[in-house]
Amino acid sequence: MKIIAVLAFIVVSVATPITRWQAFIAYFAAIIAVSLIAKIPTLTLFTRALIEIPFIFFAILMPFFGTGERFEVGPLNLYRESLLAAAGIVVKGTLGVLSAVVLSTSTTARELLRGLEKLHLPKLMVQIAAFMLRYVNVINDEMERMKVARESRGFIATGIKDWKVIATAASALFIRSYERGERVHLAMLSRGYTGVLPHDVSEGATLRTWAQGLALPIFAALILLITTVIG
Amino acid sequence: MTTQPSLLIEELAFAYPDGNQALFGVNLRIERGERVALLGPNGAGKTTLVMHMNGIHPAEHGKVSVAGEVIDTTDKDLLRRIRGKVGVVFQDPDDQLFMPTVGEDVAFGPYNMGIRGAELDKAVDDALALVHMSEFKDRPPHHLSFGQRRRVAVATVLAMKPEILVLDEPSSNLDPAGRRELAEILRSLDVTIVMVTHDLPYAFELCERAVILSGGVIVADGKTGDILKDQALLAQHRLELPVGFSL
Repeated sequence: MKIIAVLAFIVVSVATPITRWQAFIAYFAAIIAVSLIAKIPTLTLFTRALIEIPFIFFAILMPFFGTGERFEVGPLNLYRESLLAAAGIVVKGTLGVLSAVVLSTSTTARELLRGLEKLHLPKLMVQIAAFMLRYVNVINDEMERMKVARESRGFIATGIKDWKVIATAASALFIRSYERGERVHLAMLSRGYTGVLPHDVSEGATLRTWAQGLALPIFAALILLITTVIG
Repeated sequence: MTTQPSLLIEELAFAYPDGNQALFGVNLRIERGERVALLGPNGAGKTTLVMHMNGIHPAEHGKVSVAGEVIDTTDKDLLRRIRGKVGVVFQDPDDQLFMPTVGEDVAFGPYNMGIRGAELDKAVDDALALVHMSEFKDRPPHHLSFGQRRRVAVATVLAMKPEILVLDEPSSNLDPAGRRELAEILRSLDVTIVMVTHDLPYAFELCERAVILSGGVIVADGKTGDILKDQALLAQHRLELPVGFSL
């Protein structure tokens, strides 16, 4: 349900031409409002959104390389076309990331998986994601223990010459995880696994939750409509 | 009551695909309600034998029967029934607990047996109550202590109401209190128990009967007390009582 809402919101905001800047202000306001309703601290929202930085890095460079009409901002020599495109990427990207962050912070990973299952994502993919969720801690612990064991014997990673050791450890970890996978599968077979995981029957989304959930994308679509009419 | 033994293994031999032969004709009969310790050094074929008890490995030579039914790994329906009857608790609870929450994991086995709805809930609640873990039903397994995870692993199998409970090294990595708690739980259960271990005092504490598997055959079978008193026998098969422990 929430997944659909977020996807819809992203589609609407991506569909909005970047020149309608008023619409984007409204979108940002909407996202912040939703996060406030979901009681997510704004600081958390923004620190988590920082992961998009590597992705928008190139977008920021775009205005400096391009063709067509040029204009100067202080010492900088920019291209209008690419500036617009870059702004589009940055703004739309940020919106998408923010809405995804709101989704992931307000929803437990398990509910997300349930949601994906309900959206009829292939069962196998959902199962793989569920297993990843379960074992990421186990493998992380294992990695930590291997690191401690390495360091207890006087190994300190200082530079490129130590990569060989780390690569060996990584491959050992990979093989161990693979073997664990085999053991888990055996354990599953021992309890009669036939290819389906049990799940509780959770009630479908009611009309009310649909209305609540879709409020955000519908609001965004309205904004798009209004700015198109006015502009 | 039938007079069928819970588990009957006849002339079982098995070699791994790489040619490494693990079992050379094992004969074992375990009656209903018995608690039997399966002792043996590392590499004796204990785990291989366990894998035969619920049909993970097909019997290449000889047969394995559970409560009178001969295991035939090509018969899927039979195999499902057998796996409901023989509950295997593996050594590493992290291998066994793979669902997001304890409750869902305990539900996994009975679900595969075709149990649904209120009956499924009851099976889960009952099994968790047996191992005193009811309040952890909605917790993810990685937040539990090792001893708690081991107990949940036992519950995941108990939920299937097995005829035989097979435990692979149940006392490994447990602290003394965890060992005692698990022992109390196991003693309170009304099932046939096969306990694979080289923790001899634990075997003595829980099982009236012990068998030694060494080199792929059963080399000794008798009262646990008698077997553990036979120092020469133990030494011959790389088994030792802890220092200072005597019967």
